[in-house]
Amino acid sequence: MKFDTVIMGGGLAGMVAGIALQQAGKNTAIVSMGQNALHFFSGTFESLQAPSERLAELFSAAGIRVHYRKGVRLMPLGTFKEAALSLDDIDLFPTPKFGRRVLIVNFLGYHDFFSSFLAEGLEKQGMECRIRFLSLPELDNAKAHGEMRSVQIARSMDRIWEKVAQEIRLLLKDEDTVILPQVFGLLDDTVPGRLRQAIPARVVFAGTMPPSVPGVRTQMQLRRRYELLGGTFLMGDQAIRAHEHDGVVHSIATHNLDAHYLEARNFILATGGLYSKGLVSNPFKITEPILDLDIDQPQDRNEWYNPTFAGEQPYMGYGVKTDEQLHAIKDGVAMQNVYAIGSILGNTRPELGSGAGLAINSAFAVVDQILRCTQNDNEEPATPVILSEAKNL
Amino acid sequence: MKLQEYTTSAHNFEECMKCTVCTAYCPVLQVNPLYPGPKQAGPDGERLRLKDPYFFNYALKYCLNCKRCEVACPSGVKVADLIQSARIKYDTHPPKLRDQILASTDFMGTLARPFAPIVNAVTDLGITKKVLDFSLDIDHRRTFPKYSGRSFESWLKRRSKEQAAFPEQVAYFHGCYVNYNYPQLGKDLVKVLNALGVGVQLLDKEKCCGIAMIANGMAREAAKHAQHNVEVLGKAVSRGLKVVTTSSTCTLTMRDEYPELLKVDNSAVRDSLLMATRFIYEKLEQGATLKFRADYHKKVAYHTPCHLEKLGWGVFSERLLRMIPGVEFTMLASNCCGMSGTYGFKKENYEASQAIGAPLFEQIKTLNPDVVACDCETCKWQIEMSTGYPVMNPISILAEALE
Ligand SMILES: Cc1cc2nc3c(=O)[nH]c(=O)nc-3n(C[C@H](O)[C@H](O)[C@H](O)COP(=O)(O)OP(=O)(O)OC[C@H]3O[C@@H](n4cnc5c(N)ncnc54)[C@H](O)[C@@H]3O)c2cc1C
Ligand code: SF4
Ligand code: SF4
Repeated sequence: MKFDTVIMGGGLAGMVAGIALQQAGKNTAIVSMGQNALHFFSGTFESLQAPSERLAELFSAAGIRVHYRKGVRLMPLGTFKEAALSLDDIDLFPTPKFGRRVLIVNFLGYHDFFSSFLAEGLEKQGMECRIRFLSLPELDNAKAHGEMRSVQIARSMDRIWEKVAQEIRLLLKDEDTVILPQVFGLLDDTVPGRLRQAIPARVVFAGTMPPSVPGVRTQMQLRRRYELLGGTFLMGDQAIRAHEHDGVVHSIATHNLDAHYLEARNFILATGGLYSKGLVSNPFKITEPILDLDIDQPQDRNEWYNPTFAGEQPYMGYGVKTDEQLHAIKDGVAMQNVYAIGSILGNTRPELGSGAGLAINSAFAVVDQILRCTQNDNEEPATPVILSEAKNL
Repeated sequence: MKLQEYTTSAHNFEECMKCTVCTAYCPVLQVNPLYPGPKQAGPDGERLRLKDPYFFNYALKYCLNCKRCEVACPSGVKVADLIQSARIKYDTHPPKLRDQILASTDFMGTLARPFAPIVNAVTDLGITKKVLDFSLDIDHRRTFPKYSGRSFESWLKRRSKEQAAFPEQVAYFHGCYVNYNYPQLGKDLVKVLNALGVGVQLLDKEKCCGIAMIANGMAREAAKHAQHNVEVLGKAVSRGLKVVTTSSTCTLTMRDEYPELLKVDNSAVRDSLLMATRFIYEKLEQGATLKFRADYHKKVAYHTPCHLEKLGWGVFSERLLRMIPGVEFTMLASNCCGMSGTYGFKKENYEASQAIGAPLFEQIKTLNPDVVACDCETCKWQIEMSTGYPVMNPISILAEALE
């Protein structure tokens, strides 16, 4: 199959690049081995302040609602962290003391939400907390087999949020704030807003253990947008090998398509970091498994780690090497049509931000680079053989 | 150090990092309170089972084997294979009579075909359904696949000379469904391939791929079928033929379940076994052409069967359908229909089966297409029964649109 650009990895970086290229009239495919880091997303886009105009446009076309303001946000264990650009699900406060009396509500049998840690943290800020549990027959299903996770609850909440609002109104005494686990708005993203309206107190959603409900929703919205723009999303498939000639990659092989190669003029590597297997390690070395790109790393394995478990771990910052335009570097030479974006860059490009900011900034940078190159080219961009053929059949 | 580098675990279960991503995508976990879900039934449970088989949980039978957990897992854990392997290894209950009957698709076909009109009439009767429900736990709300009077094999055999005349040849693994229930799909495939200058041959006596046996606790019988099929596929492959199929489940079973679950080595034939949609797409890409009717018009909504998603080949069906002038194409959202072969026929699964399929049925009803396209026969039964919309294999739509 022929494309203009093939993107390896369907996380935030790959998806933003795919959407932007489709929007510019390019024909792309995304190959993604499994789900991605958005499933652990806190809802705050690290290292981004206000969204650029093009990001705001991309999000709004995909139905992703964001807001920003420099401030702090509540973390799952009752601490606070500086935050700016965030999904609408997340509240941003000027200071950590955002209320006086707080009602923390959890669901009976749900263990992935840390109400007592939250209470402890808020009390430190001088807020008074009361914890209550709601017992809902609608959640008995999940309780019975002990696998009660955020997403299962969220599926029920899309249907029964009104009942939950009703119960909370009954529980509410003189509290000015209600904290709920972030299990609302999985398929219907209007639910968090409607819940806020239905409860006569400020409603704050606090993070749960993964999967992250707003993250899963964001992932679904991005994918839907990408497919609506005509992109080809190959979910569950793994890029295993690239075929190159004189430093130019002409196709990649994937696990599912075996001998049916994906051909393209440009390739974007967005396979994530160690966590997503964009980088892999053995006891001696960290490598990039598809192209065997260059990675700066100390020879001595002991230097990979910080012995303080909770400290900053050097290995988390390792990433593939790139040139100014984010061309991937192999054996010291920049590959002309292969770009690297997102967390596979590690900390190698601090000027592009970190976390979601790095994913988005690097994706846009590479998209611009690709569009600039095709503009200079006289050649027609590759179109899929079959689609053009069909017209003159 | 060496150990860590070179050791891999069965079905990759040690790669599990407990991220719970799979639990978000399991259709059964959403609807069945008795099912522990992919993480607990798969990698978590495996650690316990390896210590002591006592920890085997019979609730694993609720797994649809839809593989959605595997498609979602970021760590490459073969979650569904772990679950199915555990069932094969630890479930010592002999299968119920009902499960044996449901599993024996080719045997039942052989028996039923000569009496097709009678069998069809009888299985349609309310009273028969009640009896089946009562005596065999086959849900009475199900409609049964019809049996066809003449098998596809006998139809194609009578045309073998004519087919042999084509310059290029393929072999066709038609499966039980095409042979006994719906020969028209096989005929449609022959029409499309012939239009591409390709003649179609039968294999030297294929057997049921065996998936229904795997699902119903008859792995040993399934392995026998697997061995037989690998042998007859091998004969075709050694004559230089590709083998095409029209069922995504048969294909996944023969390519992946044979080695992973049944430990039958299929390496000699695996790469030659293709969905017909992929074969046709590749021919067109190499320059072959198909001529379509100018007056064809159809609003098609395409449902990717779970096993085709796992194979990663839905893209071929999608592209073929989109290429037909006059087809107004919509891709349905990725959802399981809830049928999963023989699963939905069982009385204890009926409610769950319909609940799983509900989002898909709703989307179809909202779109109101002329036809739903799908490469799986059991999805077809489920969607037709639950929505009333006709379901066609993409191959049949191609055939219908040809000049
Ligand atoms: C637990 C966790 C929590 C985080 N929380 C936040 C947060 O709250 N805010 C924030 O700003 N950032 C957060 N991050 C950082 C996060 O990595 C980035 O925000 C961003 O989502 C990374 O996107 P990505 O597309 O670069 O990589 P990923 O999201 O990791 O996506 C990579 C994708 O590539 C696929 N892949 C890998 N190898 C192959 C292959 N060979 N072929 C095909 N596909 C392949 C993977 O399966 C995966 O789907 C978090 C990271 C982690 C690990
Ligand atoms: S099986 Fe895969 S998706 Fe499920 S918890 Fe383990 S690593 Fe995560
Ligand atoms: S195969 Fe399907 S039903 Fe079975 S655990 Fe995986 S997702 Fe659930």
